[in-house]
Amino acid sequence: MTAILETRGLTKVFGGVVAVKDVSFQLHKGELLALIGPNGAGKSTCFNMLMGQLPVTSGDVYLEGERITGLTPRQIWRKGVGRTFQITATYASMTVIENVQMALMSHHGEILRFLPFATRMHRDEALALLDMVGMANQAERHSAVLAYGDLKRMELAIALAHTPKLLLMDEPTAGMAPKERVALMQLTADIVRDRGVSVLFTEHDMDVVFAHSHRIMVLNRGELIAEGNAEQIRNNPMVQDVYLGGGTVFASEGAQ
Amino acid sequence: MFEVEKINSFYGKAHVLRDLSFSVPHGKVVALLGRNGAGKSTTMKSIIQLVRPASGSVLFQGQQMIGLPPHKIAKLGLGYVPEERRIFTDLTVSENLMVGLQPPRDGAVTWTQDMLFDLFPNLAERRNNRGKALSGGEQQMLTIARTLMGNPRFVLLDEPSEGVAPVIVEQMAQVIKQLKSEGLTILLSEQNLHFAQAVADLAVIIEGGAQVYFGTLQDLGAHPEIRDAYLAA
Amino acid sequence: MEFFVAQILTGLANASSLFLVACGLSLIFGVTRIVNFAHGSLYMLGAYIGYSLMQVLPGMIGFWGAILLAGVIVGVIGVAIEMLVLRPVYRAPELFQLVATFGVILVIQDLALIIWGPEDLLGPRAPGLRGVVRIMGEPIPKYDIALLVITPLVAVALWYLITRTRVGVLVRAATQDREMVGALGVNQAWLFTGVFALGSALAGLGGALQLPKGGADLMMDFNILPPLFVVVVVGGMGSLPGAYLAAIIISVLNVFGVAYMPQSTLVLMFVVMIVVLMIRPYGLFGREEVAGEHGQAGEPERPIKPASDKIRLLVTAGIVILALLPLYGSSFAQVLTTDILIFCLFAASLHFLLGLGGMVSFGHAAYYGGGAYVAALLVTHAGSPMELAFILAPLGAGLAALVIGWVCLRLTGVYFAMLTLAFAQLLWSLVFQWGTVTGGDDGLINIWPAEWLKDTTIYFYFALFFAVGGILVMRHVAHSPFGYALRAARDSERQAEATGINTKQVQLLAFGFAGMMGGLAGALFVFSKGSVFPNELEIARSFDALIVVFLGGVKTLSGGVVGAGVFKAIEDVLTRFEYWRLIMGLLIIFVVILAPDGIVGSLRKAARRVGGLKAGGEE
Repeated sequence: MTAILETRGLTKVFGGVVAVKDVSFQLHKGELLALIGPNGAGKSTCFNMLMGQLPVTSGDVYLEGERITGLTPRQIWRKGVGRTFQITATYASMTVIENVQMALMSHHGEILRFLPFATRMHRDEALALLDMVGMANQAERHSAVLAYGDLKRMELAIALAHTPKLLLMDEPTAGMAPKERVALMQLTADIVRDRGVSVLFTEHDMDVVFAHSHRIMVLNRGELIAEGNAEQIRNNPMVQDVYLGGGTVFASEGAQ
Repeated sequence: MFEVEKINSFYGKAHVLRDLSFSVPHGKVVALLGRNGAGKSTTMKSIIQLVRPASGSVLFQGQQMIGLPPHKIAKLGLGYVPEERRIFTDLTVSENLMVGLQPPRDGAVTWTQDMLFDLFPNLAERRNNRGKALSGGEQQMLTIARTLMGNPRFVLLDEPSEGVAPVIVEQMAQVIKQLKSEGLTILLSEQNLHFAQAVADLAVIIEGGAQVYFGTLQDLGAHPEIRDAYLAA
Repeated sequence: MEFFVAQILTGLANASSLFLVACGLSLIFGVTRIVNFAHGSLYMLGAYIGYSLMQVLPGMIGFWGAILLAGVIVGVIGVAIEMLVLRPVYRAPELFQLVATFGVILVIQDLALIIWGPEDLLGPRAPGLRGVVRIMGEPIPKYDIALLVITPLVAVALWYLITRTRVGVLVRAATQDREMVGALGVNQAWLFTGVFALGSALAGLGGALQLPKGGADLMMDFNILPPLFVVVVVGGMGSLPGAYLAAIIISVLNVFGVAYMPQSTLVLMFVVMIVVLMIRPYGLFGREEVAGEHGQAGEPERPIKPASDKIRLLVTAGIVILALLPLYGSSFAQVLTTDILIFCLFAASLHFLLGLGGMVSFGHAAYYGGGAYVAALLVTHAGSPMELAFILAPLGAGLAALVIGWVCLRLTGVYFAMLTLAFAQLLWSLVFQWGTVTGGDDGLINIWPAEWLKDTTIYFYFALFFAVGGILVMRHVAHSPFGYALRAARDSERQAEATGINTKQVQLLAFGFAGMMGGLAGALFVFSKGSVFPNELEIARSFDALIVVFLGGVKTLSGGVVGAGVFKAIEDVLTRFEYWRLIMGLLIIFVVILAPDGIVGSLRKAARRVGGLKAGGEE
């Protein structure tokens, strides 16, 4: 079976500094895969290359076996990849449902239509998406006044508007209270199960990672150093070292 | 000397600090520990008022900091060394130091450029180089030296060991010890527990913007479960 | 060769004032991030004050003392402006600050008129520097030689101040990272005031220094703006060496232009600017700007809704009342209302671009005047019937907007705004200087509507139909998927791009559409007046529209139309007074400081407060 997402030898060099080095992995259908690592490990760089926001230095990205390296974010989205942002990006001047309708209009290729009223387009579809993330009762609220957790859920509905096969989530629970975190990840896990979407996410909250991901990859200094389920990662001495040492070699310096 | 009581801070809608409280005794080095995204930098910014806490109080020498403009706080002898090494890249090393210059202050060392070049010998050689020509470690030293030019009584050091070479981290630890021996009070945010253990007297651990531990580093050593729960990642 | 050298020397001498004024503007922008449109006014004040001082102070010392003193006095005036007008709006979006400085322009214009009268003042000659010296046989005025010596001296003094003193170090540090400078104990407020004082003093000095060459007149403030902005933008906003180099390039180019291509001197300047910005988007020595929010800072605007039946009824009623005007209004009232309608359409087209699209254009008059000229040129040179010219005018303006927008949208923030201004000025100078085709300053006349529209009342209905129709079309587009996509691109370009919206394409189309609507207003205008002059393309015209949109409220759909209606009405009342600009300027400044949401926004807020008390609404 072809993987939903596969990278081969993904590498990024910034002015002589290797930020991401030879990263290869596969993401399978219906999988919830976590990418973790300390600050500056290269998670965001990796993510930005997958989504076409950063050109790769070398290596390739495949979506269901099709090479998508070098495509623009818009093209990648059209191929069925959704994303959410670490810092929420929403249309603050619109209502909740309009935020979702916007993505639906784009999906249906209706951006350049001048005649119909936008508010009347794809309302049912948008409501269904909002219902899925538990936001249907807030559909008509002004999105600028939403609580942070609700804003994140709305963003998830936007990302799901074009029924993507792959969802990329960058630090989905950043800035949320512990309770909200659990709720959002539970929601994500349900969506993965019910809709067969595959998810790759970065995260720094280990509780979230261990509780909700099917598989975990650990990135340190741009390289994948470990991969496995929660148990394996927890007991991996290399991972422990990376995290407890805070990613610098001060400890080993002291030991010398 | 310095007290943070029940502060709550927000970034937009994100509730970043939750009823955070701790204190820093005179002449001590306190390490603010926590994993990525726990709220360490926001704590620092909430003290210097680059982020305005929505509630709570920040007392420095008995005076309320909340609501004061950052330059007034700096004038009271509270120095801030930012995480992102915000040096002025178009200015030379010497000029960067000039920006930080403040009049001498009672009860604090009066720093001169020469004294700082003794403390950071690498900078002495580069005093006429522009900030953008410095290495990461040198930039980090320059941010500390620049703040010291203001002759502070109390310094906030935001992640001084992050992203610099091991040898510089070692040097940084020496500098912090020396500053402490000269009577400076320091609040240091860190992800690196080993670094904190090497320089700090007390530790505050925060998680999700709330305090989960406040005590000595020795006691922390006796409670590996706290360490594992809150510092792993 | 001799001629060549003489030309260069003249160019360098001319660069003197321009450099000083540009330096001041650049310094102010670098530290405070405010584009001070009133800088030209400070320059004008420098000239007037210098003139007055020279009348009192005798001899050579008096002359030079007057120049220095003029600089100092204008510096003090700058401090007053900074503290009274700008301090209250530092945290506001860029647009607020710009509009506040427009207000200052108007106030200073009338103050100068009150104090110095309407006549142009001939600048006194510098004692001891009358006459010329011959260099390689060519006559060079002695005063030019003096300027050639003085400018580098001032440049060196500035260079010393900026690079060798602590104040200069702080200014440079603040240009890069204001917040950090504050955290190191420097009071930004005083640093800002100080920089504003210095920048203003330089403008005043520049104004006084050019007295023997150019005198003082009431047009100086606007006349210096185009070359000033070109110099600052070409040099790179905030860069003093950039300003120096650019001032020399522009001045020398200008002198050679006058010698070899007298028909294209002004055009040349803007061509240089556009070419430089195409190659180096942030000027010769500028650094990349972090894109601002296009004046969208502050509270996010509220969702828009298609008009309810009640509103539709109200609007219909309003249109009916307007349509019945010929029954109860005089022919003068009809002409006045036609003017207002045309202006409303023009303002609404800018509002579409600025409010919905978040694109702050400083040169929207290009499409209004452009439309008017397209129609006038077709009638004059192609003998085109009025109907055809009227249809082609908006299309021509829209096409121009597409081309200009394509270039401008490569930049963002202040640079985008500056480039739109440059293009508008380019069109203006083309029209102004290409006299054989456009009539130049004399304009194009006898552009009357077709026979069946000649009657004032019929033309009133014609204008009513197209102005109201245009406004309703724009309003509808705002509610269409395209209008939503435009707002989406403004609210979050990141999310819009990540969900497949080609934001640049949407913005470009909106730019073209707004240009077309501006052109429609221009076409209505030219046939109502029967003539068109270059001032329909001027900066002042673009500013009118900006002020109106701002007064009405950027963040409300009807802001442009309401603002235009109120503005024209106020203007109609005020212009009966001699010093109406003074009142208008003060009014603008008060609105900026006290009612930053504009007329519609403030009314709505007040209504919400009242309603909120009753209903206890959630927001």
